[in-house]
Amino acid sequence: MKDLNINVQYITRVEGHGNIVVNAKDGKVEKINLEITEAPRFFEGFMIGRPWYEISHISCRICGICSVGHSTASIKATEEAFSIIPTDQTVILRKLNLNAEFIQSHILHLYFLSVPDFLNVTSAFALIPINREAVLRGLKLKKLANDFSGVICGRHIHNLSQVVGGYTKIPDKGSLEDILKRLENALPDLEATVELFKTIKIPEFERLTEYISLQNDSEFALYDGFIYSSDTGRHDHKDYRNLTNEYCVPHSTAKHCKANRDSYMVGALARVNNNFQKLSPLAKSIANELGFRPFVHNPYYINIAQLIETAHCFEESIKMLTELLRKGLKEEKPNVKPRAGTGVGAVEAPRGILYHEYTYNSEGILINANCVIPTGQNLKNIELDMKKLVPEIIEKENEEDITKKLEMLVRAYDPCISCSAHLLDVEFKK
Amino acid sequence: MKPKVAFFDFASCEGCQLTVINLEDEILDILSKVDIVNFREAISEKGEDYDVAFIEGSITREHDRKRLEDIRKKAKVVVALGACASTGGLNALKNLKPVSWIKEQVYGRNADFYETLEKAYPIDKFVKVDYYIWGCPIDKNEFMEVFKSILLGKKPEIPDYPICIECRIKENVCVFEKGITCVGPITRAGCGAICPSNGNSCEGCRGFLENPEVNAEKQILKKYGKSVDEILADLNVFNVYREEELK
Repeated sequence: MKDLNINVQYITRVEGHGNIVVNAKDGKVEKINLEITEAPRFFEGFMIGRPWYEISHISCRICGICSVGHSTASIKATEEAFSIIPTDQTVILRKLNLNAEFIQSHILHLYFLSVPDFLNVTSAFALIPINREAVLRGLKLKKLANDFSGVICGRHIHNLSQVVGGYTKIPDKGSLEDILKRLENALPDLEATVELFKTIKIPEFERLTEYISLQNDSEFALYDGFIYSSDTGRHDHKDYRNLTNEYCVPHSTAKHCKANRDSYMVGALARVNNNFQKLSPLAKSIANELGFRPFVHNPYYINIAQLIETAHCFEESIKMLTELLRKGLKEEKPNVKPRAGTGVGAVEAPRGILYHEYTYNSEGILINANCVIPTGQNLKNIELDMKKLVPEIIEKENEEDITKKLEMLVRAYDPCISCSAHLLDVEFKK
Repeated sequence: MKPKVAFFDFASCEGCQLTVINLEDEILDILSKVDIVNFREAISEKGEDYDVAFIEGSITREHDRKRLEDIRKKAKVVVALGACASTGGLNALKNLKPVSWIKEQVYGRNADFYETLEKAYPIDKFVKVDYYIWGCPIDKNEFMEVFKSILLGKKPEIPDYPICIECRIKENVCVFEKGITCVGPITRAGCGAICPSNGNSCEGCRGFLENPEVNAEKQILKKYGKSVDEILADLNVFNVYREEELK
């Protein structure tokens, strides 16, 4: 019977600082922790006392990768607190911006963080001599997504014009037309990405869990909807606290969450499982090609779910941009009157459902804030996956392979540790 | 031998390192000029032998300070990457409140699980910094300017005039005309006045001009009857730490 002492100090190719610690004695697992060591930054504390118009600019800086997700959740929370209903044009632009961020974040994860594992190289840089074409394709798609977001909101990382009540600058027609053309022209690159992923061997592993995502009747929900649990169905977005139940654990500066089981999953796999029927035709056909049939309970398939969603966001964006350009854009100025109140903004960020809740006084000064981050919601689920996985492979595989599989598992969740407090390292102790 | 380059981060959103990863048109060229030996966000190597260290993030914990000092010992050149590292950035907003209150606000009765210093600091509080790349996030072009300058051993060209100059070049309507406060008159240019050009105020993420009382855009301040202190009282998101230092 094997002893195992894995200590990955720190996990690479993830956003933030985390460690994996596994201790096993005589084939029995004694401890498995995903330690989150990211420096806490205290947004929910230091935003208190600041005026409403600063809040989305501050809170989007929780994370560089999903800045648009944070900005959108933040703006929605403030608008609900002030009883502001955004215009249809604003909602379309926000949805486009979320699509752009999903493409950007998923392509970054697929090509630059995950693919190196599957192709046995240490990074996308190391892939250049082996498969230059794939690296160039990844860069091209990522650039397109960044430019797309830039056209909508001025800049992808820490956007400029997307604010409470609308946009301070309406995107110009020519730039939108250019993005539309580039999206259409990039469809073959998307197909080539699917071909690349067909060649990849995904580790076998399954664990049943609860999947939580947004859901609505009209579309594959990213911007708005009910909170949907695969265990208990639909809930109002204001009930998010009952579906997150945040609690602190000493080995993580990011809080853990639970809903109806010991853990739940959010993110691409949760969304695609919960809302498969609402995917675009291209996304469904890619799912079919890659053998994805919901519900999939293998967390390594998060990568595949991200690819399916990338196709969905491409197709939806092409549709929405075409429609928006046909109708034409209007000049609209945000018009905001602060008032006392509380609002909850729930949106899907690339890594999963994200909540911001704010309370303002009558002058529009923030008096309370709560943010529940996707990666924090997934942490317990990752730990429980590891607890099931290690005993299944401990006698069959060597420590190096087990370590790699654990790192790949954590990486599959595409954790954003900056967001969640900010962290990830793997540590195996023998 | 190609120079060895490493990227490290402390309390931050990693958006500045992401800006480097987003240099889609330049990244292959960069990789042909240097060896990147440590960059947790992008590669699995964890090299401890490097010439140039790019450091993102503020220092908020004692053990982070030690890690920073260790990086300084190993690197020939240290570059502060972005607002959190160069000015303390918006992490320093926590400096305005008692640390015990702020910890309790976020972590409740479990506040003692987590360590944090009284304040968030820019990295030059603890180590010598050779180059600064300003902004939240950094500007791609400015990163390339500093990167090339380091390779060539020359001084990078970073503006030392206020944002107002760039606003004029862009023909933006002055933000003060809209009745809103802007810290552009005391903020270092170099971003192309990107916030005012997109309908916002400059929030000062690129840090103060050298000696703002002397070098501010005086015409604008005079025209709108504002002093440096008054502007900062209205809008100070990124320069809390530097403002304390000025006092």
